[in-house]
Amino acid sequence: MSTAVTDIRDGAPAESSRVHYLNANYGIKSWLLTTDHKRIALLYLGSITLMFFVGGAFAVLMRLHLIQPQGALVEPDTYNKLFTLHGIIMVFFFLVPSIPATLGNFLVPMMIGARDLAFPRLNLLSWYIYIVGAIFTLYATISGGADTGWTFYTPYSSGFSHTQVVPVALGVFITGFSSILTGLNFVVTIHKMRAPGLTWFRLPLFIWAMYATSIIFILGTPVIAITLFLLGLERLLHIGIFDPAIGGDPILFQHLFWFYSHPAVYIMILPGMGVMSELVTCFSRKKIFGYSFVGFSSMAIAVISFLVWGHHMFVSGQSIYAGLIFSVLSFLVAIPSAIKVFNWTATLYKGSVSYQAPMLYAMGFIGLFTMGGLTGLFLASLATDVHLNGTYFIVAHFHYIMVGGAVMAYLGGIHFWWPKITGRMYPDGWARFAALVIFVGFNLTFFPQFMLGYLGMPRRYAVYPAEFQVLNVMSSAGASILGVGYLIPLIYLVWSMRYGPAAGPNPWRAKGLEWETPSPPPTENFDEIPVITEEAYDYANPNPGVARG
Amino acid sequence: MTGFIQSGFDTLAAIQEGIPIRPPAASSIAEGVDRLHFFLTGLTLFFTALIFGVIFYFMVKYRRRSEDERPAETEEHLGLELTWTLIPTLLTVVIFVWASSLYFLNSRPPSAAMEIFVVGKQWMWHLQHPEGPREINELHVPMGVPVKLTMTSEDVIHDFYVPAFRVKKDVVPGRYTSLWFEATKTGIYHLFCAQYCGADHAEMIGWVYVMTPADYATWLSGGARNESMTQAGERLFNRLGCVTCHIADGTGRGPSLVGLYGKQEKLRSGEVRVVDEALIRQAIVNPNSIILPNYPPIMPTFQGQINEEQVLQLIAYVKSLGPEERKSNAK
Repeated sequence: MSTAVTDIRDGAPAESSRVHYLNANYGIKSWLLTTDHKRIALLYLGSITLMFFVGGAFAVLMRLHLIQPQGALVEPDTYNKLFTLHGIIMVFFFLVPSIPATLGNFLVPMMIGARDLAFPRLNLLSWYIYIVGAIFTLYATISGGADTGWTFYTPYSSGFSHTQVVPVALGVFITGFSSILTGLNFVVTIHKMRAPGLTWFRLPLFIWAMYATSIIFILGTPVIAITLFLLGLERLLHIGIFDPAIGGDPILFQHLFWFYSHPAVYIMILPGMGVMSELVTCFSRKKIFGYSFVGFSSMAIAVISFLVWGHHMFVSGQSIYAGLIFSVLSFLVAIPSAIKVFNWTATLYKGSVSYQAPMLYAMGFIGLFTMGGLTGLFLASLATDVHLNGTYFIVAHFHYIMVGGAVMAYLGGIHFWWPKITGRMYPDGWARFAALVIFVGFNLTFFPQFMLGYLGMPRRYAVYPAEFQVLNVMSSAGASILGVGYLIPLIYLVWSMRYGPAAGPNPWRAKGLEWETPSPPPTENFDEIPVITEEAYDYANPNPGVARG
Repeated sequence: MTGFIQSGFDTLAAIQEGIPIRPPAASSIAEGVDRLHFFLTGLTLFFTALIFGVIFYFMVKYRRRSEDERPAETEEHLGLELTWTLIPTLLTVVIFVWASSLYFLNSRPPSAAMEIFVVGKQWMWHLQHPEGPREINELHVPMGVPVKLTMTSEDVIHDFYVPAFRVKKDVVPGRYTSLWFEATKTGIYHLFCAQYCGADHAEMIGWVYVMTPADYATWLSGGARNESMTQAGERLFNRLGCVTCHIADGTGRGPSLVGLYGKQEKLRSGEVRVVDEALIRQAIVNPNSIILPNYPPIMPTFQGQINEEQVLQLIAYVKSLGPEERKSNAK
């Protein structure tokens, strides 16, 4: 262990002679036909980063457009396509796969002491499926785009929109299968391939979070696939399913859509919560406070998340009594999240806290996620939801969860495991600076939107009354800062792959099996399968906690 | 480019005038909703400050002082876990009860409410007063009188939203939804469509004019003399030939509609339904789905031949044949 630390301090070159998963073989074929979970994680990392910046570019254009009440940049038609494609790309092609497909793919086998996932070829297939879905969606974007909103509400999407609804929906439909396969792969791997001694309650909480996420992948994704398939049937063949003019029920679509899409919110945030537990423990050198409460709260969230979809439909004409039930269940799902936040905070108590970049992202996550979660109470409350539903308040709320929460955790995780993935360190000063820029830019972008929503400005408006301009300009200014904040890590992370100092196996002196193997890891992950002798996050014990089999 | 610069100046000027933080509150429910809103805002700020505060405190107090620090393990604390599970649970129970009872109250229109009919279509609002006046993207209402809106859509889902009243409800094709409000302050307030409905969604906006009852009466009687909704409905009833089968004394090929509104009817399928707006609408657009026993299924559909506003006029006419009229005939 101590030799590894000396390596960083001396800035010794990476063990260039050592064979690891990155230099085991070369050439485009060795990547496109790989079954190594670590290489597939990198394939995903490249693809979702591309999608993130495409979706982000749409957001920047939208915010520029909204600087003026009459719209500064584009026609309303184009604006409608911008927010639709921003939503679809960010939700289905970035947030849903983000942590599971990159960090999850890389870490699940390493954290449980396995050599790969249970089904390596299925894993590669899921990446190809993702790519086919992404290509469909990007093709549809170039050939005219869609203007239905990412929610595809009927009968607008099935009978009235004149845009490329079917290709876009088909892209989302296809990509869903990659989620299902990844979920299956993780569940089987976590059940069957844990190293000797690694019992369920010795697992890192990241694994618990991945397990909970996988369950939602498997149970929820088929529903959105079926829903979009029915939408396609109605649009192409005029079979009356959702359009009342041909005998359908438009509200049925919303039930089906949110039955997946609310749990999908937890697909996006649960993995971030898993990352948080790893970061907070490492950078305070403490065992997680309340391991079982944090672990079981992930499972509770996964289960309850399937029972709250109706809170998206309080003003749809749903019965008052249905509203009451969905309201109480929505309050219930808030409690496991609160438990997690309190436990992370308590973990810092009497710890040894350092402020490296991943920890700054983690602290940003706790604050913004708390804010996002609490503003959810406004929307679970029936009386206030009536006023706030469909306004910018909703937009602000879910961006606090999805960007303030999920994206912060994703970036924190990338910074934390980057040395493991690439074997190199990035400049910590720049990384801390970027974290700060992102935090400031984020708040300036989205806090004014809470105020806009309460004042009554509806979302998805290409033009708006002049009285809302000040807050819109503030939000747009924040968005430009946020955009720059996201570009900085892209630059220094790419730079570090070539020029960064060697990281050594465990630069953070973290616990966890993934840190017990060299960086970058060998293709087989471990020279010998470790035998686990201690609980997760046993930071009080300086020894590795594994016995060599 | 000059446009951008100009908007910069406009923004600065507006900041000097102060950013609004509260929308006008002009209905009987607005204050109650705002009280809950402010309570939740306070709660959010309190807990966010608490969590941030504790994190900062711990980060400074327990900052790493040497690279080799190995802090001792903290014992798990069941009492603490239960405390921070129970406190949020109790808080959410309080909020749930408060918010739900308020919503329950806000959702029930008083029985004496005046009725106005709303039809949304891409991208405009059609509003119809029973007395006859019809408006587009403007709604005139009297202050201090409960108003119930019965709403439907010609095409896609819209949403009727008046921020100053804190009311909102989706306007759904193929069915009726309703909302009610009682305006408490005269003035002009925004009307927005709050459910995305296509290209000009952002232009599907209008104004609600709240007037004193006296001004409202003047407004109703002014302008071109419209026929009332009931009269328009009766004219349609005759023109479309409904009258040839639905003969008032019950001798026609279809049931008499006199005194039908509000009654419970047993359908041929065995289902018992109350004759309300939704049922009458269904009978007009999809008649074979609700045949009464003893009558043949011979009525043609009128879907596509009349628009939603005309359906509403026919309903107004059928309602006018309702129980009240029957009573007065009996005298």
